[in-house]
Amino acid sequence: MSDVSVRRPEVADGVGTSVLRPDGIPKVTGTFEFLGDQHAAGMLWGATRRAEVAHARLRHVDVTPALAMAGVHAVLTLDDVPGHRYQGQKTTDEPVLAEEEIRRCGEAIAVVAADDPETARRAAQAIVVELEELEPLTDLEEALARGELFRHVRVRRGDPDARGEVVVEDTYAIATQDPAALGTEAGLAVPDGNGGLDLWGPTQWTHVDLPQLAACLALDPTQVRVHPARLGGAFGSREDLSMQTHLGMLALRTGRPVKMVYDRTESFVGHVKRHGALMHYRHEADRDGRLVRVEARLLLDSGPYELTSAAVVANSTYFALGPYRCERVEVDGYALKTNNPLSGAMRGFGANQPCFAAETQMDRLAAALGVDPLELRLRNAIGPGDHLATTGQRIEHPLPVAEVIRSVAAIPLPDPLPGPDVDPRRLPGGTGRTSPPGALVRGVGYAVGLKNLQFSEGFDDDAEARVELTPDGAVVHTAAIEVGQGLVTIVAQIARSTLGMSGVEVAFDHTGQIGSAGSTSASRQTQMAGGAVLRAAQAVRAAALERAGGDDLDDAGVWRDGQLVASLADLLADGPLDERVCFKHRPTDVPDADGQGDLHVDFCVAAHRAVVDVDPELGLVRVVEVAIAQDVGRVLNPLQLHGQIEGGIAQGLGHAIMEEVLVERGIIRNASFTDYLLPTCLDAPEVEAVLVEEPSPWGPYGAKGMAELPTMSATPAVVAAIRAATGQPLTRAPVRPEDIVRGAPA
Amino acid sequence: MHLVRPRDLDGVLDALAAHPGATLLAGGTDLMVEVNLQHRRPETVICLRRVEELRTFEPGFIGAGVTWARLEHGPIPALAELARTVGSPQIRAAGTLGGNLGTASPAGDGLTFLAAVDAHVVLASTTGRRTLPWSAFLVGPKRHARRDDEVILGVEVPDAAAWPQAFAKVGVRQAMVIAIVNCCVVRPADDDVRVAMGAVGPTVLRVPDAEAAVVGDPTPSAERLARFETLVRDGIAPITDHRATEAYRRHAAGVLARRTLERCLPG
Ligand SMILES: Cc1cc2nc3c(=O)[nH]c(=O)nc-3n(C[C@H](O)[C@H](O)[C@H](O)COP(=O)(O)OP(=O)(O)OC[C@H]3O[C@@H](n4cnc5c(N)ncnc54)[C@H](O)[C@@H]3O)c2cc1C
Repeated sequence: MSDVSVRRPEVADGVGTSVLRPDGIPKVTGTFEFLGDQHAAGMLWGATRRAEVAHARLRHVDVTPALAMAGVHAVLTLDDVPGHRYQGQKTTDEPVLAEEEIRRCGEAIAVVAADDPETARRAAQAIVVELEELEPLTDLEEALARGELFRHVRVRRGDPDARGEVVVEDTYAIATQDPAALGTEAGLAVPDGNGGLDLWGPTQWTHVDLPQLAACLALDPTQVRVHPARLGGAFGSREDLSMQTHLGMLALRTGRPVKMVYDRTESFVGHVKRHGALMHYRHEADRDGRLVRVEARLLLDSGPYELTSAAVVANSTYFALGPYRCERVEVDGYALKTNNPLSGAMRGFGANQPCFAAETQMDRLAAALGVDPLELRLRNAIGPGDHLATTGQRIEHPLPVAEVIRSVAAIPLPDPLPGPDVDPRRLPGGTGRTSPPGALVRGVGYAVGLKNLQFSEGFDDDAEARVELTPDGAVVHTAAIEVGQGLVTIVAQIARSTLGMSGVEVAFDHTGQIGSAGSTSASRQTQMAGGAVLRAAQAVRAAALERAGGDDLDDAGVWRDGQLVASLADLLADGPLDERVCFKHRPTDVPDADGQGDLHVDFCVAAHRAVVDVDPELGLVRVVEVAIAQDVGRVLNPLQLHGQIEGGIAQGLGHAIMEEVLVERGIIRNASFTDYLLPTCLDAPEVEAVLVEEPSPWGPYGAKGMAELPTMSATPAVVAAIRAATGQPLTRAPVRPEDIVRGAPA
Repeated sequence: MHLVRPRDLDGVLDALAAHPGATLLAGGTDLMVEVNLQHRRPETVICLRRVEELRTFEPGFIGAGVTWARLEHGPIPALAELARTVGSPQIRAAGTLGGNLGTASPAGDGLTFLAAVDAHVVLASTTGRRTLPWSAFLVGPKRHARRDDEVILGVEVPDAAAWPQAFAKVGVRQAMVIAIVNCCVVRPADDDVRVAMGAVGPTVLRVPDAEAAVVGDPTPSAERLARFETLVRDGIAPITDHRATEAYRRHAAGVLARRTLERCLPG
């Protein structure tokens, strides 16, 4: 594996350079054709009728008033599903359309195809739905007591009798977060005239959509082509199917292309969210601050269907402690079944929630011991050669835990509290001019995040890629999904540096053209799709050199001893040069009864420091700066990597101080961007980043996945900073103004 | 849907007379949200954008069609401050003061200023004009006294540019946020202080008891300011909703009003 870190810096736009995205300018100038902009000749528009309560018995559905409307071509319910009636990425348990029991608000009951969106929407509303409302199950403790759970992950490790003198114990809550991708769900299904269809929909992994769609539509997988889609964001919310099966059903029934676009309100019930969680922790340490015992009980709110929750709760459980040593660990993680909104994958995949609780515990332990919170973390930090405190897995590859902690602490602090002449937009309350500088207190907080790279627990996935030489350059073929994260530049950079050619384009293939690249999730595509591209490019280069008897390749062709011996066209005259590679990472174990084993491929770590100004009297917060030191392996594209860091920090900050899906009796109360508040540019803090580069032994050019960590420990760091400023316990995220004001003298 | 695009005020009034109950469209920043959410399906829409008479902005009168962008750069400090908090640059370029009145949200930022300066709303129809004090125009949450055949021409306001005045707004974001509480304070003279609070009652409201506690005292003591704060807290009628609790709104309203008043005091 030594050849993976060979650099060819002489190639223009290769690895290590800040190549710009090819779709960047089209996106900011509005010419980029997103999924929702697609059209097909003769297409119909789909709409969905949904449940408005979270739990009910579906007594009767009468579609005749909708069918009777002019311009309506089909109205379909569960009985019209041609094949299997359930879908889901990992566990296929979500009904394609509502069964007799409605289990969540927003559950799809029927779908309509009509001449135009307005008619489709009116027809959907014209369907008569008779419901008998049932009591929704919304409380996590109650769900656990009733045994309503999808999975219990149990970890027991170390000496059961190990006890520490210094104890901190509390319960923490973190609210459900919406991924809030700016592009809502949209899709298009086009019948192919031979009984099959082509489908474009919100996806992060077309090859996992394919078998679900084929099964539900009762088609052979070869009859369905799932196309890569031009998404306006994902963050995990496109891992499970949303509208695709509905589109397929409507297109097959009408024989016409069908398009659907969810509006923002529908989008809130049309995709999975980050699980809200209730977490109880007990940390015990000795007088020297060595962690002796950690007990944790994690309750995750999955909503009514399992989908990816079993894997999410596994991550929560295995990363319940953070990157620390501990003699005795007892963690119980539960994915609970409720009538709340559906949760699933979201950036960090279950590791974020316990990070909030566990890092708060570390701060409180430090306070109880009278030691510096970073010093406490350093005393317990793991590194290569150590074992993960939960699963017992030995850390084989670079994992610079102590380095990221020291590096973030070494970043100079921002200027002190602003003076009277400051621009009010830089103060808490912003343009609202609520908070004079004299009313502010400053706080600084830290948190560290540890996470796995790739899938885990024996899910040994792979990625296929194809690199093809043409007379004009090279083309990289992949089914990996570009969700906006920048895969399109990274795989091209890897191909350029490996081939020795700057003329590289990327073709995103559909499921009929290439094998699976695996999911765009789990911080995996740079290493997995990138790893496959690297190897395919190596094979193409080797084949080209061999064919022409040369010693070097570039955009002109093959060279020998400094002489061009074959142009690209000459080379291809003797047949194509085209290599397909399937890349696999090392295998992982399934856990034993105590959650032990080598369950993960690899790990990554980051430390955040947040600086906040708080107006304690009004409970308003402005995050001044977030600094991060992050383990990234090797940087392949500095600009793009900083983009992931800044965006990730904004998302983590959002969950710390404003982002919360408000749910009452299972119904979302703030299903719009008027009331589900996302950080604006005025809320985004200054970001200082230090990249700790210890090359991965197996990632292409030493790269590690990195796009989840910036979000993870940003949330606890911001809350820690508010705690430092106010002295309030703040055991719940996001922190609301009420939480800060409460306890302040009235 | 039927669209009417009059070029002048008479055109608007004639269209309203011909289609009573027609929907008036100014910047559309409230109306189009309602339409998109399918809460409203207007049959006849009268577009106001081209009507020059609605865009008057002069001492003593602000036309209904004056946008937040113009107010933000206009001569009246509190109005400029509040306009800066409305939405995003796109919203401020389109949204109007008349639309804020037409929507009559209890949280409408512009309404705090109108209440503080005791503005009069001028309404016009083919049968004539009438003028209503702001408090007679705003009758409840999202309800006002405009008749079906009337257009809001604008508001009569005192020439307030030189008065000590300030606006402030609490929201859980640095910008582009609906008020949890908003507040406008003006001091036309030492013996006249006016405090208008929004998002803490069915309409924007004034707090006369609190005003009385600080009238005539350009340098109120800390005790007097604390009393003012308490009187604001007790003189409003907030509710608990998904944006904030009643208790927080009361607390924040008191603090915000006191701080906003402090900005209007000399020194
Ligand atoms: C993203 C976003 C952010 C926002 N932020 C804020 C904010 O921070 N603060 C705030 O107060 N508001 C905010 N709003 C609401 C809105 O922008 C304001 O209420 C604005 O003043 C409405 O003006 P408009 O010209 O767009 O009105 P329109 O949407 O055109 O009309 C609103 C209503 O008023 C009626 N109307 C308009 N003009 C007249 C007239 N001359 N005579 C009679 N009736 C009339 C219309 O028929 C309609 O019922 C926001 C809206 C959005 C979409």
